[in-house]
Amino acid sequence: MEIFWFIIIAVVLVVFFVLDGYDFGAGIIHLFYAKTEKDKEVITKSAGLFWDSNEVWLVAAGGMLFMAFPTFYASVFSGFYLPLMIVLWLIIFRAIGLEFRGQFDYQMWKDIWDKAFGVSSFLLALFFGIALGNIVRGVNLGGVENGVSTYEGHYFFLPLWSSNFSPLNESPGVIDWFTIIIGLITLVTLAIHGANWIILKTNASINNQLKTVIFRLNIALSVLTVFSLIVWQIINPNSLDNFIETPFLIVFPIIYISGLIGLFFIKKLKKDIYGFVFSTLLILGGIASSLASIFPAMLPSNNALNESLTIYNTAAPEYGLSVALNWGIIGFILLFVYMIIQKRLMGGKIDNMDYGH
Amino acid sequence: MEDMIFYDRLQFAFTITFHYIFPQLTMGLSLIIVYFKGKYLIKKIEKYNDIAKFLMKIFAINFTMGVITGIPMEFQFGTNWAKFSELTGSIIGQTLAMEGMFSFFLESSFLALFIFGEKLMGQKLHFLTGFLVFLGSWGSGWFILATNAWMQHPVGYEILDNGKFVLENFSSLFSNPWLLPAFLHNQFASVVTSSFVVASIGAFYILRNKNLEYGKLLLKTGVVFGLVSSILLAFPTGDWNAKNVAKYQPASFAAMEGIFETEEAGAEIVLIGQPNMVEKKLDNKIAVPNILSFLTYQKWDKQIPGMDQFKQEELPDNIPALYYSYHIMVGLGTIFIGIMGSAVFFLWRRKLFNMKPLLWFIMFLVPFPYIANITGWYVAELGRQPYLVYGLLKTSEGISPTVSSGNTLFTLLGFVAIYLLLGLLFLILVGKTIHQGPKPQTH
Repeated sequence: MEIFWFIIIAVVLVVFFVLDGYDFGAGIIHLFYAKTEKDKEVITKSAGLFWDSNEVWLVAAGGMLFMAFPTFYASVFSGFYLPLMIVLWLIIFRAIGLEFRGQFDYQMWKDIWDKAFGVSSFLLALFFGIALGNIVRGVNLGGVENGVSTYEGHYFFLPLWSSNFSPLNESPGVIDWFTIIIGLITLVTLAIHGANWIILKTNASINNQLKTVIFRLNIALSVLTVFSLIVWQIINPNSLDNFIETPFLIVFPIIYISGLIGLFFIKKLKKDIYGFVFSTLLILGGIASSLASIFPAMLPSNNALNESLTIYNTAAPEYGLSVALNWGIIGFILLFVYMIIQKRLMGGKIDNMDYGH
Repeated sequence: MEDMIFYDRLQFAFTITFHYIFPQLTMGLSLIIVYFKGKYLIKKIEKYNDIAKFLMKIFAINFTMGVITGIPMEFQFGTNWAKFSELTGSIIGQTLAMEGMFSFFLESSFLALFIFGEKLMGQKLHFLTGFLVFLGSWGSGWFILATNAWMQHPVGYEILDNGKFVLENFSSLFSNPWLLPAFLHNQFASVVTSSFVVASIGAFYILRNKNLEYGKLLLKTGVVFGLVSSILLAFPTGDWNAKNVAKYQPASFAAMEGIFETEEAGAEIVLIGQPNMVEKKLDNKIAVPNILSFLTYQKWDKQIPGMDQFKQEELPDNIPALYYSYHIMVGLGTIFIGIMGSAVFFLWRRKLFNMKPLLWFIMFLVPFPYIANITGWYVAELGRQPYLVYGLLKTSEGISPTVSSGNTLFTLLGFVAIYLLLGLLFLILVGKTIHQGPKPQTH
């Protein structure tokens, strides 16, 4: 039952990053490449029309995590207190930027919210990556000092950074050079994803140029990926154990790599949707590989005194989980039906449509 | 430790107060929008459709604000109330996750379609999307109040040796005797808020002699919805809730009503008075004997336990705040019935649109239903103190053990700054929408 819920929540997270990922990415592209007013407008619209129904997946993931793995939720949310609060504020700024940009026709007003949207998308992508980096790296669970665990249970509190930014410290901070690499990978991945979305959904004048941008970002991503794998081996020599024990899991890195390879042919792709599919594979493969490598842990402990937070020692009891599975299946069917209805009705290029604001 | 609890509570109180401004309007407004859209489908008169779309713009701004102030609420369970989340998450996580999956999703998916899809879908489907938005927003209220009801009156649980609450009976979460009265009371309260907003916009247009036809329709609909909902708010739903509190949280009931000492021959109802916590009595009291016993138990001489009957540590920790919140809520509720009643009377006599002073009054009354609603929420939350889960888990046992008060103060200040900005933007945008007014369909 725990495995079921772990998979469900992982799927919701992937869906969240695929959906909200494109509007984060649109924000990043907007920040660096949108020059003309027309482009800025269609790019904001391509994110603005969808962000709130995408963000629901984050709320759903949070709710399910809370229900299925309450100990994990409590420990992680209080442990990553400061970064999560910053994430919250960035989410708020992004939302205001998207929703309020078009409300007044002053250039200064639009410029302010354009920057709010772009910068907060950029930082959010980076922070989500850093969060993933922390989860993969593990934290000092229980806060060990001088060989004694300072909190009962699984509580910890992570400072934003610690000395030397080194992931090898006894108590690394949220930001260290390993998590920054993962943050950059996420940033580049979502930028590619967002660029594909813009190409797919708009007739922006920069669409052709964006294919070159994607190609270059993809080179950077390949280099970062190889580099992160090497670094990860240094931090955690056991990181490949799960893949050796259960060879089936290799399918996830393969998905990631096929996304990478596919994107090198971005200029030759016949349909714009293929580019979007490839960057979706990147997100799916990346998240799934990371989770697969630490499974069954959800947050590894980097000290010997405290056990890692796993799907087993943080899960809610059997009865609650099985009841929730019953309504969860109905809920899921509904979610996908809504999503399909919405995307079908609002399919096609944004700027060809008459939405009549 | 005292500091930590104080700042955690202050932060939660601040963020939820600000958050609750928005859903209380959207829940009620969605009903009024469905009413106008439905009326358009039946009568085919364009102005009903114009008004439905105009109100939808106000709805959309409020919805956005509700979403962006709502996400911090979900986060704070984990960030600031980690112990509480760990101990009770397997139960209240059920209702919260259901809220996300069944209601929030419904509302946000179909809101976009309602706003942008009229030309794509045709009128009947457009009505349907509006109805689904309404269903989603009331569903959210239902699941959130189911969560709160469990904290007020826990049911269907078992406590393990390690202190964790475990769900034993899922369906009891929704057959909780606390839930239905609280839900209906809350929903009618949100209809009151939106009726006042709608009536106020109508009064504004009439007084400015602008958008007259729309203004009259808005005012008319607002006062009729307002009268019906404010009556339902007092009776039967307010009455049910008071009886529930008397039954399940007698100490809170005594504090709410300001009963310091038990009277053998029946309890008086306090209309006005100031709790004096030093001498443990009400100062400057105006009260009517025996009415409270009658209202609560339908017996004039039924004894109601006063605060002297409970252990000091079982009493809510801020009795004056609870007492005043309750009396402000009830007082305003009574005034609303009077105002909406007289407005409907003059509407019926066909004099309302010319009664300038009453129109001015209705226009400026908008903040008060918000105050009544928020104090109502305070009554529920302060009344539950000193517990998070009534009778079982103290508030002091629920906070995050590793988050220091300094961090909480820092983030509280951050929220204050951001919410001030949000509030300002919100007022500008709603003001602009009202200024533009409903637009006739252009063919």
